[in-house]
Amino acid sequence: MAKALRHEAKTGQTEKERLRGIHGGAPRSTHEIDRLIHERLRLGIISALAVNDSLTFKELKHTVKTTDGNLSVHARKLEEAGYVNCSKTFAGRTPKTEYSLTAAGRRALERYLDHMEALIGRMRKT
Amino acid sequence: MIRLAKSPPQPPALHDRAMDNLRYIRETMERASAFTAVPGWGQVAIGVTALAATYLAARQPTARAWLEIWVTAAIISLLIAGWLMDRKARALGTPLLSGPGRKVAFSLSPPMVVGALLTVVLFRAGLTKAIPGMWLLLYGTGVVTGGMFSVSVVPMMGICFMVLGAVGLFTPAAWGDWLMAAGFGGLHIIFGTIIARKYGG
Repeated sequence: MAKALRHEAKTGQTEKERLRGIHGGAPRSTHEIDRLIHERLRLGIISALAVNDSLTFKELKHTVKTTDGNLSVHARKLEEAGYVNCSKTFAGRTPKTEYSLTAAGRRALERYLDHMEALIGRMRKT
Repeated sequence: MIRLAKSPPQPPALHDRAMDNLRYIRETMERASAFTAVPGWGQVAIGVTALAATYLAARQPTARAWLEIWVTAAIISLLIAGWLMDRKARALGTPLLSGPGRKVAFSLSPPMVVGALLTVVLFRAGLTKAIPGMWLLLYGTGVVTGGMFSVSVVPMMGICFMVLGAVGLFTPAAWGDWLMAAGFGGLHIIFGTIIARKYGG
């Protein structure tokens, strides 16, 4: 399952890119869980954005089933870490907030999937 | 990190949590891609097909010819929907019958099979006038159940279909074609446009 997920998370990214430096709030070692996306809601935001070019605030709220306040707080944290992009535009007079996943965010999700897969693999061996 | 010489095996809770996390990611991805499982503009195309079918069907002299037109339109619509879902699945790199595609297919196909069987029975019994209401009702049922996993306008569309179907069963036969046009044509075009505009694609 993790393999298929990683395939979805990855779009035309090479192994070299994946191994290259780690940005933003990423953990220093690959053995460390990325706390930033380990949190349920933030993991949900990253996962939802991984399969869409971009999602509006409303769509995202519907997908991860949360409140306005919660979503904006957690999305802000991901934005500060450089995992998601946030663009604010106006559709007529109503403001429209759109989120998309950055390359760093995609890498973080992949690392996280690797990590979970490793945890499960280790369990199977014992 | 301190490592004990004889470290006990990892607690199963950690393994379970990892599985649970993966499941959550998978579910969220599926839910997020359900927004465009059948694209809005695809529904508009299906609606236009239905309007063309209404025009042609209303001009047929016999009940059999009328039925043939509608069956052809249904097959064309199915092909359009199938093709669009397949395209979407390919773009995401997931098999066609996984996630949203499967939910739509499995929730829509039982009422459609029932509809096909009842069509044969009603036609043979000479009750052709009951067919439009039955079709609208069953299609609506499928859309309501399949749409439970999608954005809320989808089950709403299903309910509208069911209302039209119920009206069709208790109104004069002459209303049949109009109700079919309003349902398979009008509702698809209206809701398809809403979905395309609001949710993109």
